[in-house]
Amino acid sequence: MFSKLLIANRGEIASRIIRTCQRLNIRTVAVYSEADQEAPFVKEADESYLIGKPRVNESYLKIDNIIKAAKETNAEAIHPGYGLLSEHAGFAKRVREEGLTFVGPTSELIAMMGDKIAARQAMEMAGVPVVPGTMEAVADVQEANKVAEEFGYPVMLKAAAGGGGIGMQAVKTAEELEKAFEGNQKRAQTFFGDGKMFIEKQIINPRHIEIQVLADEHGNAVHLFERECSIQRRHQKVIEEAPSPFLSEETRRRMGESALKAVQKLRYTNAGTIEFLVDDQENFYFLEMNTRLQVEHPVTEEITGLDLVEQQLRIAFGEKLTYKQEDLLIQGHAIEARIYAEDSNTFYPSPGQLTKLTLPKGDGVRHEVAVNADSQVTPFYDPMIAKLVVHADTRKEAIEKLTKALHQYEIEGIKSNLTMLKRVVTHEQFTSGAATTSFIEDYYLPSLTNQ
Amino acid sequence: MNEIKASMAGSVWKIVANEGESVTSGQDVVILESMKMEIPIPAEQDGTVKELKVGEGDFVNEGDVIAIIE
Repeated sequence: MFSKLLIANRGEIASRIIRTCQRLNIRTVAVYSEADQEAPFVKEADESYLIGKPRVNESYLKIDNIIKAAKETNAEAIHPGYGLLSEHAGFAKRVREEGLTFVGPTSELIAMMGDKIAARQAMEMAGVPVVPGTMEAVADVQEANKVAEEFGYPVMLKAAAGGGGIGMQAVKTAEELEKAFEGNQKRAQTFFGDGKMFIEKQIINPRHIEIQVLADEHGNAVHLFERECSIQRRHQKVIEEAPSPFLSEETRRRMGESALKAVQKLRYTNAGTIEFLVDDQENFYFLEMNTRLQVEHPVTEEITGLDLVEQQLRIAFGEKLTYKQEDLLIQGHAIEARIYAEDSNTFYPSPGQLTKLTLPKGDGVRHEVAVNADSQVTPFYDPMIAKLVVHADTRKEAIEKLTKALHQYEIEGIKSNLTMLKRVVTHEQFTSGAATTSFIEDYYLPSLTNQ
Repeated sequence: MNEIKASMAGSVWKIVANEGESVTSGQDVVILESMKMEIPIPAEQDGTVKELKVGEGDFVNEGDVIAIIE
């Protein structure tokens, strides 16, 4: 196994990776910005290395600085975490060119999956169902309208290089498309340096269900079942669970097989997630593939008993998977709630000084935390400050455990989404397993004005 | 005269209305970026942008004056 790993990330995921490394006797190097000097992960690592100013493009996205840190600390491998450089093909390539191991798939596959149009084409070739829509970029708003008429409104206008909901908009009519096209194209150009747009038929009231896969470099691959991530605000996940309360055993099996087919066809390696939209008839359509560890990976760990970071490191080191698909079983039910520094009603971020942080304890209650009780939550990074994960025998018990834990959870000094989470997990649509991706719009936000 | 203040700490992502431009109440003057989210900062009254106190890329703290509307 590696003797020293550099973590090119921050916050809770850096702490999470350090924890596994400590168990596996791998020394760790944290890289950090000036804004993160006091962050827990910097102290938890065996060594830490300042790589720049607070803003991500002056620190966590500075490839040269990260490579320099790896060289100077003699790290053998780099784990990119999620977000930041984790899906930057050029970074993966550079890491390998420098003679280091990148914990993740090849840069070619990262690039292919990062281009949503190329990914759609690859998945269709692999026999995975994709959302009906254009298989090429649309040149301009006229062509966009032409294909939208063909597939029928409503459609989703999407940036090929998009992510996190940026450059993406649902449009119901030609007029809406006209208004939305240029703005989203511009935004995609600004954020991703690529203004290519494409059109997908809008799947009405879908669920967001994704399949976790693991593949070694010797041709072995397994899927670790699904995670349902339908509770989202601003196209970002808030609550995730495994297994899905909605899927039949038959659909679960077909989705898993579909994901494995894609992995084998693409010769994908390391951990990855294939995201699907699932309609109310249980038809599933490829949405995108994430070529990295996901924020919500803990729910999969809870129901499979596997440590996904350990699996990633073993695969990157060249080890073979030691289990087969038939060895894997779903054990109980797990739910994750993302704790955001943001207003519970408007979802506007709330940076500031924490004055209190109380984490509930209990059997089957797990925390992944980026902060401590006197941390400064800065405006420079994602508002997610912690994750609360529960595991129980049944979904009902898991929801009870989560509800209790959320009520004992205390955050003071900044606004948090705890109030929102408490409302969501006790809402009948959620507890009955009926929630879809429009839950926040259709049920949560209306419930606020009714009060 | 009316001062427009930052509703939270963040950086100035975009200037939407330049100095000398007339704006109506509720119209966005600048867009801040904080915690990976864009937060539009609107004018609170009709008028003209007399002075912009910030430029794109500048960091502002909560309460900092962003622009003066006259």
